[in-house]
Formats: sequence, C-alpha cells, structure tokens
Amino acid sequence: MSAQEVERDKIREQLLAEIGQADDLEALEGARVASLGRNGIITSLMKSVGQLEPQERKEAGRIYNSLKQEIIGALTAKQEELRALQLSARLARETVDITLPVRQEPAGTIHPISQTIDEMVTIFAKMGFVVADGPHIESDFNNFTALNIPPEHPARQEHDTFYLPEKEDGSRLVLRTHTSPVQIRTMLSQSPPIRIIVPGRTFRADYDATHSPMFHQIEGLVIDEATHMGHLKGCLIDFCRSFFDVDDLPVRFRPSYFPFTEPSAEMDIGCSRDSGGLKIGRQGNSGTGDWLEILGCGMVNPRVMENCNIDPQRYQGFAFGLGIERAAMLKYGIPDLRTFFESDLRWLRHYGFSALDMPGAVGA
Amino acid sequence: MKFTLSWLKYHLATDASLDEITDKLTMIGLEVEAVDDRAATFAPFLIGHVLSACQHPNADRLMLCTVDAGEAQYQVVCGAPNARQGIKGVFAPIGSFIPGTEVTVKSSKIRGEESQGMLCSEKEMGISDEHGGIIELPGDAPIGKKWATWAGLDDPVIEIALTPNRGDCASVRGIARDLAAAGIGELNPLPNSSEFGSFESPIKWRHDFPSGAENACPYVVGRYFRNVKNTQSPAFIQDRLRAIGLRPISALVDITNWLTFDLGRPLHVFDADKIAGDLVMRFARSGERIKALDDQEYELDENMVVISDDSGPQGIGGVMGGDNAGCDDRTENVFLEVALFDPTKIAEAGRRLGIMSDARYRFERGIDHHSVEWGCDIATKMILKFCGGQASKLVSSGVKPDTKATKILRPTRIKDLTGVDISLNQSQKILFDLGFEPKVRDGGINVTVPTWRHDIDGEADLVEEVLRIYGFDKIPEVKLEQNQTLCAAPRNDLQRRAEKVRRSLGARGLVEAVTYSFIDSRHAACFGGISKKLTLSNPISSDLDVMRPSIIPSLLVAAARNQARGIPSPLFFEVGPQYDEDTPEGQRLVAAGLRSQNAVSRHWSGPMRDVDAIDAKSDALSALSASGTPVNNIQLTREAPSWYHPGRSGALRLGKNVLGFFGELHPSVLEFMQAAGPIVCFEVFLDSLPVKRSKSSAKPMLKIPNLQPVYRDFAFIVDKHVDAAEVLKAVRNSDSNLIENVELFDVYEGTGVEMGKKSLGIVVTLQPKQTSLTDQNISVVSRSIVSAVEKKTGGSLRE
Repeated sequence: MSAQEVERDKIREQLLAEIGQADDLEALEGARVASLGRNGIITSLMKSVGQLEPQERKEAGRIYNSLKQEIIGALTAKQEELRALQLSARLARETVDITLPVRQEPAGTIHPISQTIDEMVTIFAKMGFVVADGPHIESDFNNFTALNIPPEHPARQEHDTFYLPEKEDGSRLVLRTHTSPVQIRTMLSQSPPIRIIVPGRTFRADYDATHSPMFHQIEGLVIDEATHMGHLKGCLIDFCRSFFDVDDLPVRFRPSYFPFTEPSAEMDIGCSRDSGGLKIGRQGNSGTGDWLEILGCGMVNPRVMENCNIDPQRYQGFAFGLGIERAAMLKYGIPDLRTFFESDLRWLRHYGFSALDMPGAVGA
Repeated sequence: MKFTLSWLKYHLATDASLDEITDKLTMIGLEVEAVDDRAATFAPFLIGHVLSACQHPNADRLMLCTVDAGEAQYQVVCGAPNARQGIKGVFAPIGSFIPGTEVTVKSSKIRGEESQGMLCSEKEMGISDEHGGIIELPGDAPIGKKWATWAGLDDPVIEIALTPNRGDCASVRGIARDLAAAGIGELNPLPNSSEFGSFESPIKWRHDFPSGAENACPYVVGRYFRNVKNTQSPAFIQDRLRAIGLRPISALVDITNWLTFDLGRPLHVFDADKIAGDLVMRFARSGERIKALDDQEYELDENMVVISDDSGPQGIGGVMGGDNAGCDDRTENVFLEVALFDPTKIAEAGRRLGIMSDARYRFERGIDHHSVEWGCDIATKMILKFCGGQASKLVSSGVKPDTKATKILRPTRIKDLTGVDISLNQSQKILFDLGFEPKVRDGGINVTVPTWRHDIDGEADLVEEVLRIYGFDKIPEVKLEQNQTLCAAPRNDLQRRAEKVRRSLGARGLVEAVTYSFIDSRHAACFGGISKKLTLSNPISSDLDVMRPSIIPSLLVAAARNQARGIPSPLFFEVGPQYDEDTPEGQRLVAAGLRSQNAVSRHWSGPMRDVDAIDAKSDALSALSASGTPVNNIQLTREAPSWYHPGRSGALRLGKNVLGFFGELHPSVLEFMQAAGPIVCFEVFLDSLPVKRSKSSAKPMLKIPNLQPVYRDFAFIVDKHVDAAEVLKAVRNSDSNLIENVELFDVYEGTGVEMGKKSLGIVVTLQPKQTSLTDQNISVVSRSIVSAVEKKTGGSLRE
C-alpha cells in the first residue's frame, strides 16, 4: 500500500464518519465544507498532488480523485436522506383533522313544481310544442263561455270559482280555474297550425286534504288540418311513458266529458299497490294492477273553435290538461298536496332539486 | 249516482257478472267510483230465534237470551228493551264485524255471565239510525239462514261519477240503456201507457208568466187522487232506497223518490186538502218566503219558479216542495205535479238558495222532454197500486214540447276525427241502441236525437256516442311528429329569462318556494296597499283575501312560520306573479328573495355574520345578470319602497326603468309580521328588463393583452357619508385608458381614523397596452388617482 493510499484511507474514514454523523442539512453542509470547501481536506489533498514528483502525480491524482468522487456521492446520498427525513417530519407536523365538518356551501333547491314543469316542457318540446302563458285574472268569457261553459252550466259548479268584485257593467273577473283560457287567447291571436303547452297557476275555492286553493296545471292544444284522436293517444302515451320513465306503462282512455272537447276522454295509467305503497307501472304479471286517473283530454269542440273564429270544417285538433302537483306526487312519492305551498324549509330541501339538475329545456 | 245490481237488472236482462258490468260502465264513460258489495259485509249475520229470555242475575237492565241460530244455540247477554222470548232477530256470531259500530264481536263475560254473540239493532247493521231496540224479524223468517239474503240486503251498491252532460244517466234506466247498447244484456221494455181518470180534477193548473218567459215552465200536468191511504211502500222500494242512502218515508214520498232515481223523472205530490184553489206556475214575488221540505225557510226572488195556490208558494219549482202541503200518514187526497222546467232557471234558483236536491240535479241537467206524459202515467199506476183510491182525469197547462232535433253524421267524420274505421251499419246500430233514430241518407246518417239527450249538440257528439260504445281502446295510437311549419324555440325570451334566474338563484343557495297568489289584506297593506279591484269576493279565508302586490309578504310569512318552528335563518326565493292591476299587463313576473338572520352561522372555520343589505344586492344583481341584463350600466338610487329600511336599501335602475329593489326590511314591517330579523330582500321585475336588441348569440371578440398588469394599493380617508361608489368611480375615471379594474378591499372606521371619517382600501389594476410601465408612468397615474379622489370626494390619501 502506497503512502497516498494510507493517507486516503485515513481521510476517507474520517470524512465518511463526519458525513454519517450529520443529522441535519446544516451539519451536512459543514461536512461538505470541511471536505470539499476551499480549505477542505480533499481540496487540500488535490492541491498537494501538484507538489509531488511527476511520476507519482498520476497515481496520486487517481487515488485522490476517486476519494473525491466517493465523498461527493456520500454527501449527495446523505443530503437526499436528510431531505426526505425533513420532508416527512414536515408532513407529519402539517397533519390536520380531516374529520372536521366542511365549510358552509350554498345549497339552494328548485321547487318540485318548477322541476316537474321543466321536465314536461322538455318532453313536449321534442314534439314541437311551444310554451304559452296567460294572466291569472281572467274574464268570464275566456275562462268559461268561450270554452262552451255558459252561465248556469252544471260544469261551472264543479269549478269553485274565485271571483273579483263586480264591475260597473255587472261583469266579474275570475281567477282562472284552469289553464284552458290560454287556449282561447292563443286561438284568438294566432292562426293554425297551433301547438302549445301552457303550464301555470290555477285557482279554485276549495281547501281540504286533496284540494288546494291554488295549484298548477299544464294544458296542451294542437290545431291543424289532420290531427285526430289517434295522434292524441300517441302523443299522451309517449308523454306519460317518458315522464314516468316506464317504457311499458299500461294506459287506457275512457270516455268522459269536458265542455270544451268532443269527444272527451280521461287517461288512466297502470299502477300497482302493495305494502310498499303505490308504484307507477305494473310489476310482472302479478295481477294486482290498478288504474290511476292522470289527465283529461279530447278533440277540440267545434263550438270552441267557432268562438275563436277558427273554421271547424277546415281545422281540428286536440287538447289536454293535467295537474302538475299530482304528477309530481306520483312521480316523486310526495304524499300531501298541501305541503307544496307551506314553504317548510325541511320539505323544500328534501323534495327539492339541485339547481344544476336541469331537465334540458332551459337553454333551448 | 248510486244504484244496486238488482235495481239495474229490473231494467236490464243480463247474465253479466258484477265485474263485467262495472268494467263496461267505466269504459263507456260512466266511471264507477265505488262498489259496495254488501253481501260480503253482511255475510256473518244469521236469523236467530230467541228461545228463552230471562233476567240477568247481576244486572237489572240486561237479559240472558238463548238464541237458536240453526246449527247451534248460544247464550247472549242483551240490553235491548225488546229482547224477549219468541222473537226472531239478527244474530251476530263471535268474530262478526259489526258495520255500524266497526267493532268485532268477541266472546266475553258480562257481569259474570258468558255472552257468545250479539243481537243487532238497525243502527249496528248500518242500515238506519234506529237504535231503540234489536231488529225484530217476522215469524216466518227462516232460522239459521243468512239474514241479508232473506232480507234482500245483499244487493251490491254501485256508485258512478256522472259527468254533467249525462243527465239521462241520473236514472237506473238510462244506465241500463247504455249498457244494453254496449252489449251487456237487453233493455226491458217499459209498460204500455194506459188511460186513467173517472172524474174531473177539482184542482186545475194555470200558467202565469210574463209574456216571453213562458219557457221557465213550458208544460205541466197534474192528477187528483182521492181516498188514498199513504201507508208504507213495498219492501223492494224501501230496500233499494235504503241501499242508496235514502230514508223510506211513506208510499207517496217513496214513489216520487223512486221515480227520480229509477227513471230520472222528478215529480211532486201535494196533500190536496192543504191546497187552496187552483195551482199556478209563476215567478216568485220579491220577498216571498217558503218553508221547504227540508224544514228550512227560504226567501225567494223574481227569477225563481214557484208552484203557488191562492195562499202563496207551495213549492219551489224543480228544486223542492213546500212543507205546508206535504203528504203525511193522514193524507187522503193527493195532487200529483209532473212538470218541465228551464234547466237554467233551476240551476240559478238552486244556486241562489243553496239547495242541492235530487230534483234540481236532474232538472238542471235536463230531463226527457217527453217524460211528462209517461212520468205521470207510471206514477199514477204506482199510486193506485200502493195507496189505492181513484185517479182523476189529467189536467195540464202550457204546451207539450214536440221538438225533436236532427243531426247529420258524415261517415268520414268518424275517421277524420278519430282515425278509426267504423262501418256505416255499425255506427247506425250503436246509435239505434242508444235510442237515436238513425236513417242512412246520401251516404251519411240522419239522426233524430232522443228527447232525453240534451247534450247532443253537433256531429262531434255523435262521433263520441258511436266511439264510446265502439271502444276508445280501438283507436290506433299514432305518433305525433314535429310539425315542420312550427319550429319556434319552446320558450320565449321572458320564459327563458325566468328559468335562468330561477336556476341561478337556486345555485346561490336560496331555496325556491311556491306561495299562494293571494295573501292577507292586512299584510298587503304594508306592501303597497290594497286595491278593491284585487280583493276576492269569496276568499277561502280572511288571511287569503287579496291578490298580492308583492312577493315579499308571502316569503316573509314563510320565513316567520319556519322561525316559529325552530328552523333558523330561513332563506327563500320565488319567481312568480305580483298583481298591480286586474288587467293582463297588471300581472308582473317578479323574481324575489329573502335571507334572514345569519348569513354565516357559527362555524369552526370562521366568524359568524348576519345578513345585510349587500347580500340582497348581490342576489338582485345576480338575478339581473342571469337574465342577461348588462349589470355594469345599472344605476343605484336610494328609492326603495316603504317596506324597506330607508337607510339600508336601494333601487336598481336603467334610466327611468326600475329593474328592482333590495335591502333590509323595515323594522316595523318585521314587527308587524312577527318575523325575527335581520331580514333582507330583493325584488327584480323580470318583465321590465331591457330586451336584448341583437338576435345574434355571438359574444364580442376577446382581446387578451400581452403585457403583465400592475397592481397598486391606495388607502383614502373620506368623510363617513361619502358613498364608496363615488370614490371607486373617481378612481376608475382618473385614467380610463390604463385603469382596468378597481376593487375595494377594506372599509375601516375607528382607532387611527379621525371621527366622522372612514378609510377605504383600494387596489387598482393597471393594464399596459403597448409598452411596459415605467416607475414614472406609474407614479403619474397614482398622482392623478389621488387628485381625482380629492377633487370628486374630498378624500385624501391615508398617511
């Protein structure tokens, strides 16, 4: 072993020990300066090579250089080790209680009536219907007479009409008892073809478990030259299957009576009742099926068209109407009609919908 | 309309089952509402014979009876006063469910004596209110047999929901006719008419209507009966009347009720000995009064038809008979009235008097025009049969109606309106079976409408008649395709605006409520006042009596109600109507919202905070922004209405146009409405917002600068009453070229700031366009900012 090798081994042992003992980056930096700094041991060794005999220089240079590389490697490794330690110590320090409850976030809701109307509009929009609306305070003519319900007609008794005070000319405005006056307004202001839906508020002077003095209906009207009762059935069956999201929803149409349609029908949808309550649609062939009345409809009465200056010999079409709350109750399992209007926050948050849960027609 | 199965079969020969019949009824438009199968209800009850009855050893009022119920004998403890040896009664064995009291009979010991069943009263059986004693059956009642079967009470009761057009089906016969046409059995013929009358009626009919108003009662007939005996009506009438909820009274009264329900022919019987002179059909005189058969006294008016004798009104025509000339068990001589009335007059009279009688129900829907003759005939036969006596010749007044309407049904019309092919023959047969007289002529059908079908107005009605019997289920389903000529967007601008605002307010954390359009007038008075024109004539309650002038009171009531239930900090919005006038334009579409109490409640993450006017301002601006209104151009004034706190509210406007209001509610409003504050609100008038002029959906081109922006902070001391907006505006306008944005980051009053002053911290964003800013550029801008603030607001840079 040459003198340089002996010297190298001694220095190497000393430096590696120093590096090994460094327990933080500061101590390690000290070790680095002590070995590789301007006055460091290795730097001095490297300088000393120049003073050697030329034949020794090469060998000493090789020896000291390898030592230098080894120390650099040790320093780097130690540095990485210390950095990793430091980081994990920091991370340990920074640990928080992730079980803390989250910050308060806005959590608004959309009322089931609005949501249901949006859903219905979306479905009918695909069939080419546009939304029409009209005032809640209506003339007797638009709410009744034009719809073929003259004064003293027995059908008026079923309407429980709210009246506004008599005017000087003896006429009285009413709160519309259905959305049907918008049919009249539309037919009076537009020419066929007409294809509208009318969601909106309606009013009847009645309040009990199944009646609210204000509720919502959606009305539909199609007038053109060829639309017949087969289209009425097709349109409403498509609507109900889509709205309730039941592809094989059983339906039936029964003859009924509305003064403004002729022929008139009521549409029932199939449901099943079991211990779990009411389910829209039928399950299997259990045979426990029942029918639920869902809407009234019919071919527009020629008298109504005449009242709106539309020629019933040339034009025909259908109309329908259904209760929004009732549809929402059936679809979303809401038990009581009156609760829709009580504005109980617990109810609104529970039965309401996220503002971002959009059926799709809003931007259309 | 209620009837029983056996009653139906009185008119309809059929073997169809109850289910077949009820299904068919529903499918031809006579919707079955309820079927009460009483055979099942009454199944447990047997005819029992009381073999012995002796005093209960431990109770004075109770008897110990031994009842033979056929298969076995039972000991029954009974408290009825008429319980005695030898009688037959209705025995309820253990386990029977008693319909009248809704209890199940159990084996029990009563005062130490075993009771193994029950003897029942009529009330307990649910067939009447009679509870004076147990039912006593005649001696020939068969012991051990089912009581209901023997008594004819196991007849199922069917109730249909009659639509207002089908007055003809307010009779069992009308229903039978429809069923027969729909293939359920054959309609039994009515008995032939016959001649009656051996003497002239001492009471005559007279009409006394003003000229032109004769149609109020076009025709009336009558007949006098002498020496009748008003006993009980036969059991088949009593049972059926009871089954549909009517109380049998006497033969004469029961006959009129029977004919009302059986044939839809209401008529009336007077005790002839209580009639003074002849009977006159006329309008009532104003102020005339009558005590009707319901024991109520009514004041009549000049639009109501009355049947009057020399002493005054004896009946309200088509609505209800008078009490004075009613028949009772002493009645010996009777006068029968069979009349036609104008349905409108009856409806009006009934509505004004508040009387809903079975007669009114039928007359206002229209009865068979030819029923005067046959109705009188059938009633005469029944009276003579059940009450004996002699009938007079017919007396009448007015004109017998002889109008028969004819309509034409073009065969193509059925196909055009319904898409169904029905042969001419089939259509003709259906119409014929329904009582129409169809004649094929020129390829169409000439149809004479039956005198009982007042609802047949035109061709569409005939189409419906054919179709409802043929079957709505046979109409094909045809897809409704998009119509190429109709391709508008489903919602117009205002409707779309409302939806966008709704969704955006929901996303801001407000909860959508839907509240009534009418509110309490006392509340309305705090919100712009009450208009007489918008006050309901017939509110359902005094706290819902006026159309609301603002949505805020509705939301405030909702908030107070939630607070009262212990739900803290309620917050709502509604997009709905307010009513300024009773015209269509007077109905405004408004987005309104309310936040109350804590904006941020107690939470580990930061300090709590109450709601303030700026929260409401923020909601209002966000609603405006969602609706597409350019928010930057909006002006703010302190002109909110009286329900807002005058110092903490504002109006948002574009020129003269008021877009909305926001602010804290006035403390006295909160006090009046009993709501806990603070509460802040906003209202945005969606129908007043500017309409976007350009149809284009394209946005202006975005220019992103290449150079980095520079930020500079300033703190200004201004007078406390200077609006922050003034300072911000002065800053912004001091160099509109370089200053891109100005934000207020701090408002401070207190230590270090002179009393009556405040400090505003502002950060200004400078955006160089061409070249980077030098320090010198920046200090020039800074100086002009400071001097602008000084000049416009009197403020100075904070040292």
